[in-house]
Amino acid sequence: MIRGTTLALDDIYKEVILDHYKSPRNKRELDDATVSCTRNNPLCGDEITVFANVEGDRVVEVAFEGAGCSISQSSASMMTEAVTGTTVEGAKDMATRFRGMMAGEVEPDEDAFGDLVALKGVVQYPIRIKCAVLAWDVLQEALDDGEASGEHAHHP
Amino acid sequence: MTEHMGGLDVEAIRADFPILSRSVGDLPLVYLDSAATSQKPRQVIEAEADFYAAHNANTHRGIHMLGEEATERYEGARATVARFLGAPSPETIVFTRGVTESINLVAQGWGRSFLHEGDEILLSEMEHHSNIVPWQMTAAVTGAKLRYLPLTDDGQLDLSDLGSLLTDRTKILSVTGMSNALGTITPLRQLVESAHAVGAVVNVDAAQLAPHHRIDVAALDVDLLGFSGHKMLGPTASGGLYGKAEILEAMSPMMGGGEMIHEVFKDHSTYKSFPYKFEGGTMPVAQQVGLGAAIDYLEALGMDNVRAHEEEITAYALDRLLDAGATVYGPKDASARGGAVSFWFKDVHPHDLATIVNEQGVAIRAGHHCAQLVMRRFGTPATARASFYVYNTKEEVDVLIEALARAEAIFTT
Repeated sequence: MIRGTTLALDDIYKEVILDHYKSPRNKRELDDATVSCTRNNPLCGDEITVFANVEGDRVVEVAFEGAGCSISQSSASMMTEAVTGTTVEGAKDMATRFRGMMAGEVEPDEDAFGDLVALKGVVQYPIRIKCAVLAWDVLQEALDDGEASGEHAHHP
Repeated sequence: MTEHMGGLDVEAIRADFPILSRSVGDLPLVYLDSAATSQKPRQVIEAEADFYAAHNANTHRGIHMLGEEATERYEGARATVARFLGAPSPETIVFTRGVTESINLVAQGWGRSFLHEGDEILLSEMEHHSNIVPWQMTAAVTGAKLRYLPLTDDGQLDLSDLGSLLTDRTKILSVTGMSNALGTITPLRQLVESAHAVGAVVNVDAAQLAPHHRIDVAALDVDLLGFSGHKMLGPTASGGLYGKAEILEAMSPMMGGGEMIHEVFKDHSTYKSFPYKFEGGTMPVAQQVGLGAAIDYLEALGMDNVRAHEEEITAYALDRLLDAGATVYGPKDASARGGAVSFWFKDVHPHDLATIVNEQGVAIRAGHHCAQLVMRRFGTPATARASFYVYNTKEEVDVLIEALARAEAIFTT
């Protein structure tokens, strides 16, 4: 029996997602991270730790560790590329806009989002949006915790 | 189409389930998630609809014809459940919204009265969260301690150290009859005997066992046993708790309110006798009536035939999955297990797998299956799970296997 693809499989498993999943960028522990946070997705048990090295108000380096499905892992990989070199505010703003895209409320801006646009197809799978957003939530929490504890010396 | 399996005419059964003729995208639905909830035959849907259309009233209250008809049907369903489980009388069946409520009722209504500091509650590592969390809550209030029967590598209860886990400190053993995450059928008879030998009460989570197996609570001599109607062709919010009369008598109600009382005074109330003291407020009446119809349906099929079908399709699925290179958790022998088959396929994460097979119209579950202790025991964050019931065919297993091949193609090219 041959059964065809009827829904949006190709949208969700775009090459770019599989590429980040199979060859994740910045997947390592950052020894000199100024902030880090670990969270899991209770739905599936996926766990992600995000490390960030923040100097002043700049996110100099971001890396992650963890295990999970292609959506959570590729999203984390793309995120590390997207926010490295931005300001803390810029990274948090991007997290907000990414969550907006996954809620179907923000039309992704290819220039700013780059590869992340590939995750837009996940919107059609509501239960898996949590997978895509997990790394961003963890990054946001790491940056917020860093600010609260005064880790970013020059940030108000 | 496989017409007959284990004495069941599967094609005729399928014709009774309206949802099985719907499609997913433009493909036929292949529903392999019955361990989460079963589909419903039109006989159950119609029984529930007929209750609302022709007999709806509150039970045990109205001095009018509808009230009497509603009560008669509700109590008729109780008698049906009692017969189905081999219970000595309908009064030993408390209606609940399902096993979760049944276990909470035992943990609170029995546990908070009879457990004290130094007592032990014995569970197993294969329990569903609904047979863990209520006991943690009761342990926190009473000071009783939780202990767990470990698992063997092939997903059986490891009873080699039973003597040191089940002792005179053990006041209750609460254990599943069939694991939702591993499919394992537990040796209830042996467990009941061992528990009674040290004076412990036995509570069984029969959420997965009751849909597939003939249960005789009297012959098993089990003290308490909960089940969920929605997993055995019945409506959601149907189900119950069987309890030995002397235990139900001694238990306190969990929910105070209308209809569970005998008399109410300003400072106290007296309660009705069991089962009514446990059924505060308006119950899911139409749903329990639907459960009665579900049991009639299962009994017409014959529970021995239901089990034979389960064993046959599970054996076939195990063969095909192992052949395809899947890692299967739990027993590999279909005679020692039920039809909930947990697996990991190649390097494809269960979430990705479930999404991809869904594209082929196949519904499986992916995740921890509310059994995180099992996932931790086997060192995996999640598994994919296919589960079968009376309406599933071997052809549907074949569709799953083909869909797995597609997942492999996507993730390995």
